[in-house]
Amino acid sequence: MQLRTMVNGEDWTLDVVPADVLLDVLRERVGVKSPKIGCERGDCGSCTIIMDGRTVRSCLVLAVEADGHEITTVEGIGYDGLSELQSLMLGNNSFQCGFCAPAIVLAATELLQHNPNPSRHDVQEALAGNLCRCTGYEPIIEAVLSAGGGGTE
Amino acid sequence: MVIAHEFDYRRPASLEEAIGILSEYPGSAQLLAGGTDLVAWLRDDAVAPDVLVDIKDVPGLGDITVEGDILSVGSLVTFTDLIESGLVREHAPLLVEMAETVASTGIRNRATMVGNICSAVPSCDAGPVLLAYDTTVHLAGPGGERTVDINDWFVGLRQTALADDEVVIRVDIKLRQHGGVYVKLMRYAGEDLAQAAVGIVVYPENEYRVVFGAVAPTPFRSIRIEDTLRGKPLDEALVAEVVAMVDDEISPITDMRASAEYRTRMTEVMLERGLWEAIERCAGAGTDYGVRLI
Repeated sequence: MQLRTMVNGEDWTLDVVPADVLLDVLRERVGVKSPKIGCERGDCGSCTIIMDGRTVRSCLVLAVEADGHEITTVEGIGYDGLSELQSLMLGNNSFQCGFCAPAIVLAATELLQHNPNPSRHDVQEALAGNLCRCTGYEPIIEAVLSAGGGGTE
Repeated sequence: MVIAHEFDYRRPASLEEAIGILSEYPGSAQLLAGGTDLVAWLRDDAVAPDVLVDIKDVPGLGDITVEGDILSVGSLVTFTDLIESGLVREHAPLLVEMAETVASTGIRNRATMVGNICSAVPSCDAGPVLLAYDTTVHLAGPGGERTVDINDWFVGLRQTALADDEVVIRVDIKLRQHGGVYVKLMRYAGEDLAQAAVGIVVYPENEYRVVFGAVAPTPFRSIRIEDTLRGKPLDEALVAEVVAMVDDEISPITDMRASAEYRTRMTEVMLERGLWEAIERCAGAGTDYGVRLI
């Protein structure tokens, strides 16, 4: 089947079969490597992408379902240099190994788009389900709060 | 890990076309909405359909409306849609309280409430809340439309009243003044299924609905507990009486997520706290919807 989609502003037309999972097609066919293969059942969050403005778990989306839809990964967010959020995360040592980083950048980007001044609770809720085994989350949450203007409880 | 078996994929543009495809593949078609359960099951070989019928292009299934005293939630309405809907928050706030406990934002953006009751796993979050409300499920099939009372919807583990050639269009909730709670026991936020859950709705004149989730093959109303409570104002003795009934009413299993004993004891705690909170909320007091009781 033919899949026509836009990935980070670029048009792609690909032949796929219905059993192809979007995560695998993005990594192996489009060559976008920031969505990671983690649990492959929607629990860990590391395969997160933005589809039509909302984060989704690309391990739970079939490639054919993305036909006609627009996809953004962290490669698209950082195309013109780091976003303010990414710079704050860098300055705050938010990540160590970096495996969860692309997904968390996307989840926090989505949050800030809908809620420019989130509380700590909002940030925790928005990032829940994005597992990080290195940091204990605090340096990530702090960076998102600063990007949102410091945060109010 | 890849999905190991092959299947066809169809994306009908109308309800009639969707029902036609289901009839072409009797018993071997699978409806696809958000897919957050289905794609995981395909990967696990827990389901092996010949065709997936993706209903996301069928018009009209994504609506949330209130007409008269009926709130309608279309079968493509996601948990995020519920959380962001002013109509739902105003008229059926328990749906918002429930939706906020479902997995993570990335799942809620995709997963639909109707898909949740169609997957019909014991821990499905929408089940206890829809059973606590007066809910009817509206279906379309080759012979036209029909409705199923939510009390007749869950027929077994992952089994519902939906026939192979039918599509759910929407659920309708009859609106009355009420207070409710959805209390969900889970190990951590962001991904976990319910270890146990309690949905309660209290209507004026002391009419109670008490529903348990994740402690039996399907979510279910406890008619014995509701009968014991009916018409009586809540007091310590009455709460103690119904809490003592929990052990006989539920049949939880022990698995990797919790022991049966833990589920039972916590269900008792959730029922007690939930009843008091639902009464408060029915009177226009109590905590805001979304505040977690455990």
